[in-house]
Amino acid sequence: MKKRVLSPRMGAFLLVAPLFFFIALFFVWPLASVMKQSVSDTAVLHILPKTAEAMSDWDGESTPSPTLQQALIDDLRAATDEQATGDMVRRLNSAQSGFRTLMAKTIKAANEAREGPVDLLEIDKKWAQPQYWKAISEALSPVTDRYLLASLDLTRDASGSIVSQPPEAAINTAIFSRTLWISALVTFFCVVLGYPYALLIVASTGWKRQLLLAAVLLPLWTSLLVRTAAWFMLLQEKGLINELLQTLAFINEPLALIFNRTGVVIAMTHVQLPLMVLPIYSVLLTIPKNLMPAAASLGAHPIRAFWRVMLPLSFRGILSGSLLVFMSALGYYITPALIGGAGDQMISYFIAFYATETANWGMASALGLVLLIITILLYAVYERLSATRERSA
Amino acid sequence: MPVKTVQALFAALMVAFLIIPLIVILPLAFTNSALLVYPVPGWSMRWFRELVENDAWRRAIVNSLIIGGGTTVLATVLGTLASLGLRQRLPYIGAVLRTLFMLPMVVPAVVLGIGMQILLAHLGLANTYAAVIIAHTVIAVPFVIISVAGALAGIDKRVELAAASLGASPATVFRRVTLPLAMPGVLSGAVLAFATSLDEVVLTIFVAGPNQRTLARQMFSTIRENISPAIASSAFLFIVGTVVIGALVLAVRSRAPKAAA
Repeated sequence: MKKRVLSPRMGAFLLVAPLFFFIALFFVWPLASVMKQSVSDTAVLHILPKTAEAMSDWDGESTPSPTLQQALIDDLRAATDEQATGDMVRRLNSAQSGFRTLMAKTIKAANEAREGPVDLLEIDKKWAQPQYWKAISEALSPVTDRYLLASLDLTRDASGSIVSQPPEAAINTAIFSRTLWISALVTFFCVVLGYPYALLIVASTGWKRQLLLAAVLLPLWTSLLVRTAAWFMLLQEKGLINELLQTLAFINEPLALIFNRTGVVIAMTHVQLPLMVLPIYSVLLTIPKNLMPAAASLGAHPIRAFWRVMLPLSFRGILSGSLLVFMSALGYYITPALIGGAGDQMISYFIAFYATETANWGMASALGLVLLIITILLYAVYERLSATRERSA
Repeated sequence: MPVKTVQALFAALMVAFLIIPLIVILPLAFTNSALLVYPVPGWSMRWFRELVENDAWRRAIVNSLIIGGGTTVLATVLGTLASLGLRQRLPYIGAVLRTLFMLPMVVPAVVLGIGMQILLAHLGLANTYAAVIIAHTVIAVPFVIISVAGALAGIDKRVELAAASLGASPATVFRRVTLPLAMPGVLSGAVLAFATSLDEVVLTIFVAGPNQRTLARQMFSTIRENISPAIASSAFLFIVGTVVIGALVLAVRSRAPKAAA
């Protein structure tokens, strides 16, 4: 008896298992490494493991013991990976200026003596100052919140309390608000264009409805890259839109439509519009057709009937569509990269920039984590919304 | 009356806004000019020849076919098996798994790209075909599941029960009844997986090396660096491909109810 209950379920698990492991390995794990990378700071610990051990005995104020000094020398002698050593020096220098020259000197001296003790104070008097040792001690911690703080334009001051970044370094809030603003603009235009369009599809019949639906579905099936390329071609200075407007003598000078905000919003609205129209359309289909005539027969003016009957009933579709458009607009990379100017790049561009151009994985991951959290939260709301709809339907 | 006119005008403008960008790029594929602008001075196949003769473009097309093919097979197999498993009622776990399998559609590509680059480099797979196929499969699987699960949901369980009651073993029921009925969903899932791989740029930037440049990736950097009508001719291939694929999906879908009846 028990076996008959279990076996189909076991079969189900066996069928799901391959995809489960695949997704766990190649989807969940990468996202987990992004999270880990955003708080990870092992550049110093990686090169100075012995120093880390010896550091635990240091009181934080006095001149470091010969053991600690020797541990540092040993670590520097053992460090052969030049790139990793460079990372360590850079990390220390960002915490305490002066480390670059100090470390260069010390590494040189340590390697010249080859083995045996070296007096650090003889190499440089700075080693007598506890602040340098303190900087090493703090940088040895493998976990840091500085990337996450920096992604929100915060930092820690000398005493360790959280303060705002100096204005010249505070760029991330501006990038996030730009990303939110562009996404909101695109969502707004999608609602303004998509809602009446969806109403028209539902109101039409026969070939007209087929045509209106096909016009939404065709772009959805077309490659994002092709659509972006098409807008690039249309919007450029000698593009079709400018040529047409000039021929018709509406304008004398070509309009600046590309490499700016206007172009990005136009192209993104075009790309996202189907995501708005289709959810609204599917909600509108469920609204009984006789409601509007009923409202009219009871004496409601068409506008009032629309406002009191149609809009409230279709609101859920507008909300789903808006969430979907807004959520996927947030992560846009390709369209702003190709159509936008320097001032229109969204957060994904900067994440990719930190990762591929400067190899600053900590910063890229921290910004990515913020974007990921916002997106997942919006998706949770969206899922909830569609789940309640299914239940009520 | 004026309301009707306004409606018709709005509908016409919207259809134009949605469709015209897809159409105007097509003639430029046949320009003989080196510029991607209208008016077209003369017609030629020059830019299609460029796609075939230029090493970078030819290689990109071949890479897209290799990676698209690999992704289609992997995503379709994994997605179909999982969809079959998820037919079984699995309290709580079923819903969790379904959400998990849908998430790759939602997560911003750049974030996933960073994580994948870190992981795949760790596994020694960086800059390989396998890396790109794996990355594309992750984001293609949701489409396969949606498509196959839809087809499976449409199967009348009584048909399978009838086959079983007539003495068919579970394997036979699956092979002779379930699979043929689900086939349209599996096929359209495969087509969607291929299309997803073909169009993917962001993950490719992170996990592919110069030898795995795909057509979409090549188009991206061409638009960015030195725009040429080769863009229009590859866009032409994309659009024609889309129409053919769309027609195939529709043909398969329209066969579905007949098969089920």
